[in-house]
Amino acid sequence: MSTFKGFLREDGAVGVRNHILVLSTVVCANVVAERVARRVQGAVAFCHTNGCGQIGEDLSQTIRTLAGIGRNPNVFGTLIVSLGCEGVAACDILNDLARNRKNIELVTIQECGGTSGAIRQGERILRGWQKEWKNQKRVPCQLKDLTVGLECGGSDTSSGIAANPVMGYVSDRVVSMGGKVILSETTEMIGAEHLLAARTTNGVLAKKLLDFVKKTEDSAKAMKVDLRGTQPTPGNIKGGLTTIEEKSLGCLAKAGHSRIVEVVGYAEQPTKQGLIVMDTPGYDVESVTGMLAGGAQIFLFSTGRGTPVGCPIAPVIKVTGNPRTAERMRENIDLDASGLTLGRQSIEEIGDGLFTLLRKTASGRKTASERLGHTEASITRIGPSV
Amino acid sequence: MEQGYILINKGDNVVTLLRDFEKGERINVSELGIEFTLLDNVEFGHKVAIRLIRNGEKVIKYGESIGSSTKEILPGEHVHIQNTVSDRGRGDQ
Repeated sequence: MSTFKGFLREDGAVGVRNHILVLSTVVCANVVAERVARRVQGAVAFCHTNGCGQIGEDLSQTIRTLAGIGRNPNVFGTLIVSLGCEGVAACDILNDLARNRKNIELVTIQECGGTSGAIRQGERILRGWQKEWKNQKRVPCQLKDLTVGLECGGSDTSSGIAANPVMGYVSDRVVSMGGKVILSETTEMIGAEHLLAARTTNGVLAKKLLDFVKKTEDSAKAMKVDLRGTQPTPGNIKGGLTTIEEKSLGCLAKAGHSRIVEVVGYAEQPTKQGLIVMDTPGYDVESVTGMLAGGAQIFLFSTGRGTPVGCPIAPVIKVTGNPRTAERMRENIDLDASGLTLGRQSIEEIGDGLFTLLRKTASGRKTASERLGHTEASITRIGPSV
Repeated sequence: MEQGYILINKGDNVVTLLRDFEKGERINVSELGIEFTLLDNVEFGHKVAIRLIRNGEKVIKYGESIGSSTKEILPGEHVHIQNTVSDRGRGDQ
């Protein structure tokens, strides 16, 4: 029960997928990156709208995120696609990745004579990797090598009653086996942070966590409006969530009951095994991208109202506690936890099913978002474009 | 839940409904020996007061405060944005 079959990387990390990553450094390189990825088997593009007009910590956070995504264990090799004049220094990402991993290359559009030349060069590089890529075989791996990202999106009250507690049960199990689990979405800690702070292993971590929550609440307050204009979202409110505090208390359930051993910033890589808190926005796609850069190979994602979003290079397992969503958005849902909402099944019963699904997914079973081709991604910003 | 609601914590002053309810239906919160008549039509997933919640009093779910009431809420009344506000993230105050 504590093993799965994954891809062993040269730096010792273990992937649950074997993607060839085409990493765009800036919005101007997105189209080239997408076209290169479309031409080669096994390749997937990571596109975003950042990469230029950024300064200070806003810029370094984007660079850290891009490098983290290239370092993700689900990646076999990374082709960086750069325009050539953007703020993000593509060479630095190249050198950073090449320190521990092979199959890292850079294509610069301005040095290839434009769109067509860059696409041709990128395609040539990826074709050169095809033989080795195809020879990658899954080998037995330990669940302690997994980093599981926790997420919720399109929440309603069933999320806090069923889907999140079931995910919490699985989180505790992964932690007890020595794996890493990341809880994120700082906005959705507002009103529940005292319960999280009490679970940290020392006062320094508690203070760091409380400071992240205060910073997020202060930045919302600086807009001079009620946070309820967006949190809970209009859909959350329709689903019965009245306040951010109520949403937060429900969100918290997905982190089970484990102690919090580390608190990290957006896209930072945790160093400890166990339950980790990452500072990210409540905006689900940005949060998933941050955890992906932090090394998460697989995600558990609860949804009450239903959402199709996925991730370019990691499987996202969708869990709903809403019986209507389980029916109406069946093609987007991997696990129906509504039996708990309706009192027909126990947390343990549904949780054991989710744990088995996690192992099977880690070993290669495709999720709904993978089957449907969902590859949404977005890197959060902390400053305006300049 | 046969009874169609969930009381998450015994200290809560609301329950969450697990099906659509119509005004006039009776709800018996057996865990607490409280019974009342619904004063509104209330949808699946929404909350209903199980005790009198005075104006400005905390609304309690999960055994924790989820905000404050903005008017007196009677047992059986729908508890939502029309009578409950966040205490947090209030840049408007």
